[in-house]
Amino acid sequence: MTGSLARYAKNPAALLGLVLLLAVIAMALLAPILFPKDPLSLAGRPLQWPDLGGRFPLGTDNSGRDIAAQIFHGAQVSLLIGLVATTISIAIGIVVGALAGFYGGWIDDALMRVTEAFQTLPNFLLLLVLVAVFGSDITTVTVAIGLVSWPATARLTRAEFLTLRNREFVQACRVLGMGDLRIIFREILPNALPPVIVYASVVMAIAILLESALAFLSLSDPNIASWGNLIGAGRNVLRVQWYVSAIPGVAILLTVLAVSLVGQGLNDALNPRLRRNPKP
Amino acid sequence: MTILSLALRRLAASLPTLVIILAGLFLLLQLAPGDTVDALMAQMGGGDPALAEELRRFYGLDISALAQLGRYLLRLVQFDLGQSAIYGKPVAQVIAERLPVTLLLMGSSLSLAFAAGTALGILAARQLDRWPDTLISTLGLIFYATPSFWFGLMGIVLFSITLGWLPSGGFEEVGAGLTGLDRALDIAWHLVLPTVTLALIFLATYLRIMRASMLEVMSLDFVRTARAKGLAETGVVVRHALRNAMLPMVTLIGLQAGTMLGGSVVVESVFALPGLGRLAYESVVQRDLNTLLGIVFVSALLVIVINFLVDLLYGQLDPRIGAGR
Repeated sequence: MTGSLARYAKNPAALLGLVLLLAVIAMALLAPILFPKDPLSLAGRPLQWPDLGGRFPLGTDNSGRDIAAQIFHGAQVSLLIGLVATTISIAIGIVVGALAGFYGGWIDDALMRVTEAFQTLPNFLLLLVLVAVFGSDITTVTVAIGLVSWPATARLTRAEFLTLRNREFVQACRVLGMGDLRIIFREILPNALPPVIVYASVVMAIAILLESALAFLSLSDPNIASWGNLIGAGRNVLRVQWYVSAIPGVAILLTVLAVSLVGQGLNDALNPRLRRNPKP
Repeated sequence: MTILSLALRRLAASLPTLVIILAGLFLLLQLAPGDTVDALMAQMGGGDPALAEELRRFYGLDISALAQLGRYLLRLVQFDLGQSAIYGKPVAQVIAERLPVTLLLMGSSLSLAFAAGTALGILAARQLDRWPDTLISTLGLIFYATPSFWFGLMGIVLFSITLGWLPSGGFEEVGAGLTGLDRALDIAWHLVLPTVTLALIFLATYLRIMRASMLEVMSLDFVRTARAKGLAETGVVVRHALRNAMLPMVTLIGLQAGTMLGGSVVVESVFALPGLGRLAYESVVQRDLNTLLGIVFVSALLVIVINFLVDLLYGQLDPRIGAGR
């Protein structure tokens, strides 16, 4: 494990990602302290240009709301949606993949058919359908994002289980008379987990992007300070006050970049033999 | 083995997937609070229950969910997608009007992402760990992390508003009365920004895969043989390595077909293009569930067809993989 840590620390891109991610987390934690007022309340004259020394360092949007406050509170929203949706999606993916890989046979066939169905559907379209049916408050949106993004995790977990299920330690567990569920979740799963955890960073990046796209189309919760909502609002004044849309976009970009870099760094640190640059 | 029978076999194999999708979605839509009739009544500004009853009978909403599902699947087999409540036309017709725009957008974005991704991936792999590689890989990461709609908006700010080079939206100049080549050029003109916007996201993935694939292939024995028999480096890369390195790229087309359709929903909304994605968005907002279901069905079919084409292409690239199997 120390070896992995050292490898991670030697990777500049991974360190940059970690610093960015910590910065976004710090923004989310500092939001209630720096901007105690509701970020969606009227703060001043609408459409003031960013003025780093002034009262509104990032300006105000078309409804006179402080953009800096929305960016900080938006960090909370993005991280929270990203984390919860990723947890949901990984949990579904692990259960489906584990059962399919462990039991094989008709259980595998049935579960993989369903996985295939989910993969054939464009996930953003499915997300639209879910939002159309269940409404668009923040809980629903988060769960819906988790529901549409599990198939890749399921396939990954299944592949791991297929290689592990006939190993000797599993046979030993059987001989000891352990139940299936205990073998699956207590014995095999910990061995199958590392690649899945690395993949979670990809899921989280996609989850953050999905929510922002939904918010941009004003199909997400309008009552929260989401970065996507702000970009959507800024679209109406794009011609002159383009900064209203530009600033939250940069915030999304940096957050997703941070998550991807950390994920890639973890991958390189955990699988040193699979370094992407095999030097001749 | 002719292509036609192969296609039929593939379609038969994907039939269970299609049925799962349709049944799942149909039952899901039953959970929606309010149906098409409620939406219609709201649009008309209310009405009496007798009228609602009449309309429900007209749209076939007065029977049980399971019976509706059976009826729906039966009609699907005849390619009858039902009536769009909002547009007052058959769903199939509404979709057919919108589909070409989306196909054009997807096709051009895919070509751009594929071509640019291949070129940049090769360049990065040839310049491994030198500055072009670092630059290309960094740009790839940034493109991957950027929300497409934001890219589009910033493109509009820069190229339409500030520089005035490109139109900010729409499919063609309405009312200009252009025909033939002029019209085609006008449409291409309008599609530049949307195409680049949609392509940039996928470019990142293609470029990364191409780079990795190229690095792997270039380390194989047959490349050394090609070099040993005195071929020039360009010949080695283009004639020998490229064809083998392409295989994962082709796989990616199939894997990303669905994501690309999803991406076009957002991009079409940004640029006000009258495509399938925008139709999906409109039908969500207006609760036209029949149309939404039709779009999902057509999208799923499209993804299956694209994957079939990818398999054919795969067999062409690598004769060891017989498409018939």
